[in-house]
Amino acid sequence: MSTLPNAVSNTIVRLPDQATATIPKKNYITAEHGLLSWLLTGDHKRIAMLYLISITVFFFIGGAFAGMIRLELLTPQPDLVSSDTYNKFFTMHGIIMVFLFLVPSVPATIGNFLIPIMLGARDLAFPKINLLSWYLYLVGGALTLAALVLGGVDTGWTFTTPLSTHYLNTHVITAGMAIFVAGFSSIFTGLNFIVTIHRMRAPGMTWFRMPLFVWSHYAASILMVLGTPVLAITLVLVVLERTVNIGVFDPTKGGDPLLFQHLFWFYSHPAVYIMILPGMGVISEVISTFSRKRVFGYTAVAFSSVAIALFGFFVWAHHMFIMGVSNYSALVFSLLTMLVAVPSAIKIFNWAFTLQKGSITFETPMLYAFGFMGLFTIGGLTGVFLGSLGMDIHLTETYFIVAHFHFVMVGGMLMAFLAGVHFWWPKMTGRMYPESLSKLAAVTTFIGFNLTFLPQFILGYLGMPRRYHAYPAEFQVLNVLSTAGATVLGIGYMLPLLYLGWSLKYGEIAGDNPWQATGLEWQIQSPPLTENFVEIPIVDYEAYDYEWLEKKQKEQVTTVG
Amino acid sequence: MHISPVLWQFLIKWLHASALFPAEASTIAPMMDALYFFLLLLTVIGLILVGSLIFGFSLRYRRSRNPVATQVEGSTLMEATWTIIPLALFLVCFVWGALLYFRIYNPPANSMNIYIVGKQWMWKAEHPGGQHEINSLHVPIGRPVQLTMISQDVFHSFSIPDFRVKREVIPGRYTTVWFEATDVGTYHLFCTQYCGTQHSGMIGEVTAMTPADYEKWTQQSTSGMSLAQNGERLFASMNCNACHNGTATARGPNLAGVYGSKLTLTNGSQVLVNEAFLRDAILNPSSHVTAGFNPIMPTYQGQISEDGLIDLVEYIKTLQTNYRVQQTQVTSQSNQAAPVTPEMVKP
Amino acid sequence: MPHETAVHEEHAHVFVPQHRHHFETEEQQREAGSFGMWLFLLTEIMFFGGLFFAYLLYRNWYYPAFAVASVQLSVRLGAFNTVMLISSGFFMALGVWAAEVRKRELLVWMLVLTTFFGCVFLGVKYVEYKEKWEHHHIPGASFSVAEFVNPAAYGIDEKPLMPDMAKHTEIFFFLYFAMTGMHALHMIIGIVLLGWLTWRAHRGEFSAGYVAPIENFGLYWHFVDIVWLFLFPLLYLINRHLVH
Repeated sequence: MSTLPNAVSNTIVRLPDQATATIPKKNYITAEHGLLSWLLTGDHKRIAMLYLISITVFFFIGGAFAGMIRLELLTPQPDLVSSDTYNKFFTMHGIIMVFLFLVPSVPATIGNFLIPIMLGARDLAFPKINLLSWYLYLVGGALTLAALVLGGVDTGWTFTTPLSTHYLNTHVITAGMAIFVAGFSSIFTGLNFIVTIHRMRAPGMTWFRMPLFVWSHYAASILMVLGTPVLAITLVLVVLERTVNIGVFDPTKGGDPLLFQHLFWFYSHPAVYIMILPGMGVISEVISTFSRKRVFGYTAVAFSSVAIALFGFFVWAHHMFIMGVSNYSALVFSLLTMLVAVPSAIKIFNWAFTLQKGSITFETPMLYAFGFMGLFTIGGLTGVFLGSLGMDIHLTETYFIVAHFHFVMVGGMLMAFLAGVHFWWPKMTGRMYPESLSKLAAVTTFIGFNLTFLPQFILGYLGMPRRYHAYPAEFQVLNVLSTAGATVLGIGYMLPLLYLGWSLKYGEIAGDNPWQATGLEWQIQSPPLTENFVEIPIVDYEAYDYEWLEKKQKEQVTTVG
Repeated sequence: MHISPVLWQFLIKWLHASALFPAEASTIAPMMDALYFFLLLLTVIGLILVGSLIFGFSLRYRRSRNPVATQVEGSTLMEATWTIIPLALFLVCFVWGALLYFRIYNPPANSMNIYIVGKQWMWKAEHPGGQHEINSLHVPIGRPVQLTMISQDVFHSFSIPDFRVKREVIPGRYTTVWFEATDVGTYHLFCTQYCGTQHSGMIGEVTAMTPADYEKWTQQSTSGMSLAQNGERLFASMNCNACHNGTATARGPNLAGVYGSKLTLTNGSQVLVNEAFLRDAILNPSSHVTAGFNPIMPTYQGQISEDGLIDLVEYIKTLQTNYRVQQTQVTSQSNQAAPVTPEMVKP
Repeated sequence: MPHETAVHEEHAHVFVPQHRHHFETEEQQREAGSFGMWLFLLTEIMFFGGLFFAYLLYRNWYYPAFAVASVQLSVRLGAFNTVMLISSGFFMALGVWAAEVRKRELLVWMLVLTTFFGCVFLGVKYVEYKEKWEHHHIPGASFSVAEFVNPAAYGIDEKPLMPDMAKHTEIFFFLYFAMTGMHALHMIIGIVLLGWLTWRAHRGEFSAGYVAPIENFGLYWHFVDIVWLFLFPLLYLINRHLVH
């Protein structure tokens, strides 16, 4: 059997001797000094860190709005704020969370940091475009804040016409322009990733030797590049309709409000896959590392990412089943929706069977990954409810929908994001986070999340509509449960902010490979050099080659001994 | 239903009493609930399956019990299994849901029609007999009721959770949904499409009554004129009868019996004349010219409200002979003598 | 926003001045830049795609209005503009060749001609837009259907449209302005970039083997050209017949 040390411990973490370890003097953080060296950087790692700070700020702003919503919904009466203010709360919550948090969350932070390293490259293909992406994101964010400060916007994040074009006096145009600009941030990130993955892989790194994290980002990037421009033109049309009153969506002038719906959802459905696919990439890496095993069915998982991207373009009208589309087109979209559910199911099973015959430990990233798998299963299967035409009639536009997308986006994507942040924290900063506190936070968010959103499924079936400021009294108990859960959830999210910040100064020194993981990123120092590799590696092994890693470690042991 | 009806009723009623489940108050509700429980079952089984795999493998293969992992590439057989079985199950959901959808959105031929006009932020219900309701809807049990709906401004959505029906109410064209209420009682009516400030105030009550009570209610609540009678007045006051007067040399086609018929247009296409066609023909006449007639009908866009259009449509629906049209010509002449009271004919 | 290959810095320890250090070889850099531009053009297709889809829908619904409104556009000016753009594209292609064979003077002249024909195009578009303004064909508050409802009164030899169909001409003109306007915006951006490239070409930056910016800009310019080749028949040639 193995004679490795730690053979029977329940953690795979192996840190260098803390008494003598130091952060490497030369790394991407210390390479240059001064604010301008950060603001004008081309280094994908620095840009990733800039993004991390920005999206965290927006996450908490969006989260504050969520808190206000849940606070108002404690009572059936509309007694905390006015209706207009409440409508602004859920609109801003949606816009900020979707466009300024979820869409860039993993790709712009972890993706930016890691994709070149995972491929064995020195940077992304277009570093200046990468920096431009970040500035576009900031402009989009600033315009959103401007809309907020100037009085808010209350269209709902879905900008439904003709409400948004003719019946509101709020800052629709500012918000529309904000998203337009933020959209280009997303397009350029995706463009950068695709070119890098195609053209800058290290010698020997074939497509099927890439980590699955890269595959999911490739699929998400296709969606970013092809889908986001349609949102851009749709927003242009909304702005023109509002300013010039051209009639493109106005039935009294011969326009069709359903045209807006088709154009909007043509992007916004792929958008949900833009949001989730990178998170799925994180899960692949985490499950594999903490089972010490290659992901089961690597090829299937890789192809399922691409399949999700492809099918994802053909299901948009499942957001419109009751809006007056013809019965026959509804039939087609429902069928396609069932098809797009299958690749996600394939991934879940492949991850589960990665655990079989593995050697499993339960560090924080793994806990988040398990949370993801359970909650995404619920979220995804409730999507099948909604894809089933007749069922959708009763459930659409109710809290069932709210619960469904929060399960996939928060229970799924946000958990994956936290898994990724924790997993690669030592690589990005050189320091470990405090394990017990982080486990507590993970469990807290899991409990808080379920308490917040499970009651909402029941509320939805009861018929409680979404975006309601006031509701019938018999719905109160479930709403109170939901708000209680939200409080716990909020605490769970505050904790990482605090201890991750703390760890920057006081965390243990991580060393190159604290998780003893495979992957090119773990073969270089933590934090990495600006140029990532001293020498570009030549890759002649598969991804997740734990046998190779074992051999390497055995050699180290025998040479030391 | 293979489940004992007694058990089913017990479950539903118990859940409903605990405020965890809506009432089953229409014929479609049990069918919707059956699909829901099936989907719920699938979800629970799926969750238990995934949960047991994770939990079981984590326990059995935890590091202290299995220090060395065995590398496994994969298994095409397993991939096929967990591709085909979920796909099959999802397709069952698809077929079942599609059948239910077609059932809900294809009203039976003998349904009584009630018009719903949504506007920020209230619901107007208009019964053919002329009864008007605001934020409320009275219906008889045991009879299929079709709702023909349109919005005066933005997107709304008409939802009766206890009947399990919902449909978007949009500007510019009619949408329809139908139901047959089974239990006497009052039920929630919600607007479920965000429509501005008072979106959560756009709620009301649906009252299902026995047919006898419903008859009594219609007698008591009539405003005197049925929708068709209002339409008749409009037909006269807007001078529709100048061209559509039913004579052989009329400039406009004869409208007697046109509702429900198949009409040939000038471009050769054949259309079924239903409420939507009639409304469109009044607003966009140039695209709806009957074969053999000239495209001279002016548009009434902006001159008639949705309520007025409903009145006109109802009137045309009731036309079986030219008699009533002749009567409107008499009415228009007599209108010149005494002006019509404003609320009767709404421009 | 058009993609421009990353600006090159001078590095003493690489072979060619334009080689960025995160690329292993200059060839990799060139291929990446070209691929990036093709991808960007793909996003532009999706961007215009939304407008094309709206056009498809409304032309299908309101064909009579579209046909009549289209005839009111000046096919002479449109055709002339098409020739201008094709010429502009031709000179751009020659410019790419000139850069490849390292002829500095020729490259500069080709870029200047490209710009010139592009500017002529924009000038003609200005004339067309101004004419539309005078005829009250710009959608919005000043739009008037008078010429379509009663063409004889304006000396137009055309069948009159019914008023409800005539209203739909506003949608045609909206699509006309949106599509050609978006196209013109892309041309203006292109001309600004042309100015910058011409100046750099004059300094000899592209006649020493570094042709990627010229090539990639050429791709962008040809794309803008192709978009016009779709816009012209769709907007100007719906039911073209002699009017006056």
